[in-house]
Amino acid sequence: MSAPAVTAGFGGASSATVATTAPSGRGPAPVRIVVAYGFWIFLLSDIIMFSALFATYAVLSGQTDGGPSGRDLFELHRVGVQTLCLLFSSYTCGLGILALERRHLRAFYVSCALTFALGAAFLGLEISEFAGMVARGAGPSRSAFLSSFFSLVGLHGAHVTAGLLWLCFMLAQTAVKGPRDFVRRRLLCFSLFWHALDIIWVALMSLVYLMGAR
Amino acid sequence: MFGKLNWGAIPFDQPIPMAASLFIVVGVLGVLALVSWKGWWPYLWREWLTSVDHKRIGVMYVLLALVLLVRGFIDAIMMRSQLAIAAGGAQGYLPPEHYDQIFSAHGTIMIFFMAMPFMIGLMNFVVPLQLGVRDVAFPVLNAISFWLTASGALLVNISLVVGEFARTGWLAYPPLSELQFSPGVGVDYYLWALQISGIGTLLAGINMVTTILKLRAPGMTYMRMPVFCWTALCSSMLIVAAFPILTATFGMLLLDRYVGMHFFTNDGGGNCMLYVNLIWAWGHPEVYILVLPAFGIFSEVIATFSGKQLFGYRSMVVATLAICVLSFMVWLHHFFTMGAGADVNAVFGIMSMIIAIPTGVKLFNWLFTLYRGRIRFEVPVLWAIGFMVTFAIGGMTGVLMAVPPADFVLHNSLFLVAHFHNVIIGAVLFGAMAGYNYWFPKAFGFTLDKRLGTVSFWCWLIGFYLAFMPLYILGLLGMTRRMQHYADTSWQPYLIVAEVGAVVILGGIVATIAQLVVSIRTRASRRDLDGDPSGGRTLEWSTPSPPPAYNFAVLPEVESLDAFWAMKQRGPVVTPERYDAIEVPKNSANGFVTAFFAVITGFAMIWHIWWLASLGVDSAVLTLLAFGWMERTAGEVSGEQLAEAERARLRPMESA
Repeated sequence: MSAPAVTAGFGGASSATVATTAPSGRGPAPVRIVVAYGFWIFLLSDIIMFSALFATYAVLSGQTDGGPSGRDLFELHRVGVQTLCLLFSSYTCGLGILALERRHLRAFYVSCALTFALGAAFLGLEISEFAGMVARGAGPSRSAFLSSFFSLVGLHGAHVTAGLLWLCFMLAQTAVKGPRDFVRRRLLCFSLFWHALDIIWVALMSLVYLMGAR
Repeated sequence: MFGKLNWGAIPFDQPIPMAASLFIVVGVLGVLALVSWKGWWPYLWREWLTSVDHKRIGVMYVLLALVLLVRGFIDAIMMRSQLAIAAGGAQGYLPPEHYDQIFSAHGTIMIFFMAMPFMIGLMNFVVPLQLGVRDVAFPVLNAISFWLTASGALLVNISLVVGEFARTGWLAYPPLSELQFSPGVGVDYYLWALQISGIGTLLAGINMVTTILKLRAPGMTYMRMPVFCWTALCSSMLIVAAFPILTATFGMLLLDRYVGMHFFTNDGGGNCMLYVNLIWAWGHPEVYILVLPAFGIFSEVIATFSGKQLFGYRSMVVATLAICVLSFMVWLHHFFTMGAGADVNAVFGIMSMIIAIPTGVKLFNWLFTLYRGRIRFEVPVLWAIGFMVTFAIGGMTGVLMAVPPADFVLHNSLFLVAHFHNVIIGAVLFGAMAGYNYWFPKAFGFTLDKRLGTVSFWCWLIGFYLAFMPLYILGLLGMTRRMQHYADTSWQPYLIVAEVGAVVILGGIVATIAQLVVSIRTRASRRDLDGDPSGGRTLEWSTPSPPPAYNFAVLPEVESLDAFWAMKQRGPVVTPERYDAIEVPKNSANGFVTAFFAVITGFAMIWHIWWLASLGVDSAVLTLLAFGWMERTAGEVSGEQLAEAERARLRPMESA
């Protein structure tokens, strides 16, 4: 009757007194479920934001205003390497979370370091691609096509950047506070975020680069 | 150093904006001085500004909405006065560039800063209580959401004093809103205010969806949820699905304006109709975000004051979900004149008409609930009945405009203006007022004055018909919207009637304020002691008024629809022998501080003060990181405290 259920604080309340009953008709869900679920809803909204930019790209991709098109600009080798970096970083991220669940802290740190390195490599490749295009006079204000290209790909890049900063922040938290419940919940959200960036990248790679380079 | 900002930004040379600016500045300084003089800051900070209690946050949302209702209404009555006199050769008292700002600000404020906070505020206050739980899923995030919304409202009002507001209409269509044609800061005020408040709204939606789907009292299955919770769920799902589109669209317009991109420009391959499509892909769901909670409120009010279970609960839920889905399939009916072709227009026209079916189901359900009910004509019921009549008319003119050939005649005419005011005032505002009158005793522990509430209702109802029925006729006569003056003097009588209508509505607003003042002054005689002043059916009425911070000492066990009604039928409450301690979230300054830096960032971006913008962003990020570093500890209410509070609550009921 009087299960001591609490609501999940933003960033989480301590889970020691959380009701252990399942969701559905049996009272409030445990904090871990609520936090992950809420974060999933956020990721869905993020994906919708991307979809607005995808739609924009679909409309504007042919509007080159006499400037360069995707065929002139895209280098599929680089995109291939980028894709490998990002997908492998997701794999290492997943290994890291598994290691954390088993309290293998050293494996966790190594996996996260690899995740960071691969993500940073992805980002470096993207920055060099952007810089090369701007140097060729194909910057974002050249044409509607390039505006939508830079915004769509750049928004993903901004997400990766934010993810890398978040990862460092969470590593610091883990180091200082140990793998406590609320730290693990936040790392779980991070890994959801990182995997979602993969999903978006796969769509980006297919719809922007592969279809655009033809 | 200060970007585009200089003394020329303050409208010293224009009497009307200057007077309005002085009024606002004096008003704000006056309130701040009063609070300081009375020494209320510690109380305000502790109990409100840093509160993460969903009830407090809900009250603050509604307060924000009421204040901005007045601001938006001042804009409205200024426009009506202008059009009542600016006939033939007359130019009225508002120059075009000022008039354009007023109609843009009116629409922006009424939708984003009146209707939205009103509905989100009521959802915030009511939903956790109706679900039988102690708070929303993410209490601190809830506070952040509110304060970001307040930040946007603040920026819009700063534009009155410093600089100008957009002259582009409430949706800022390009190419007019591009830098080439709107070089001033008006559009930037619009964009930054709505970006900041839009993020707040999105976070509120995420919070509400998670709350409803994951936090419900034991036994509260989906088909036992009150209809208001269902409508709040659908409305919040629409927020999650639609607001990111708005953020992306405004983001692209900002990129066009700030870094010279070509999304919606005339040159460089841009496409302005892309903006119109995207903005309405958000905008049409938006009207259902506003109206679905209003439908929920009417469902609660009609069932309660008819003394009956809601007729056709299941069909009500299905209709709500159907509207939720259909709302994403009709956006093109806002611009049939784009010329998408007969096939596309026909599809969207038919989809638009189909929405009338679930809406009609709802209307009949309410009528059948009233039928043979024991109806008490309290103030919320008056609003509900006024809604049913008014909304039926607005719905029919909507179906009329969903016919593409008819729309080609009526597009951008005052017929359209009359139609959307008919549905937004008739449904959203009437719903908000019904909810305000219905739940006020729950929030504050005393009832609102019935006489003044009735006066307010009749003023709004009569004023609405006087103000907007002439606009239907004017639209058919060919008058387009957003005109600062007109040559055809035969329109003037209709516009004078509309002006009279606006004055009558003013009476309604004054009556609402008077109702609040009178009720507060006579609160001693209108205390709500048992927490159930209107014979409620849902769980919020099982708590004391106002409810304690933790809402329920013991989470209720729900066994049927209308859970509290069933509990009352079963007889007096059995109090448990002992209570388990409850965790309650502690206050957090996170929302207030983050929003403070958001305002600074927005203001700096509007005026191109880059160093300040980067300072604002960095500070906001550091604030979030600092709060993100801490483990949130919760306060505790012990079992003894709970037992004491429950005894104190049940004492007056037993003696009664």
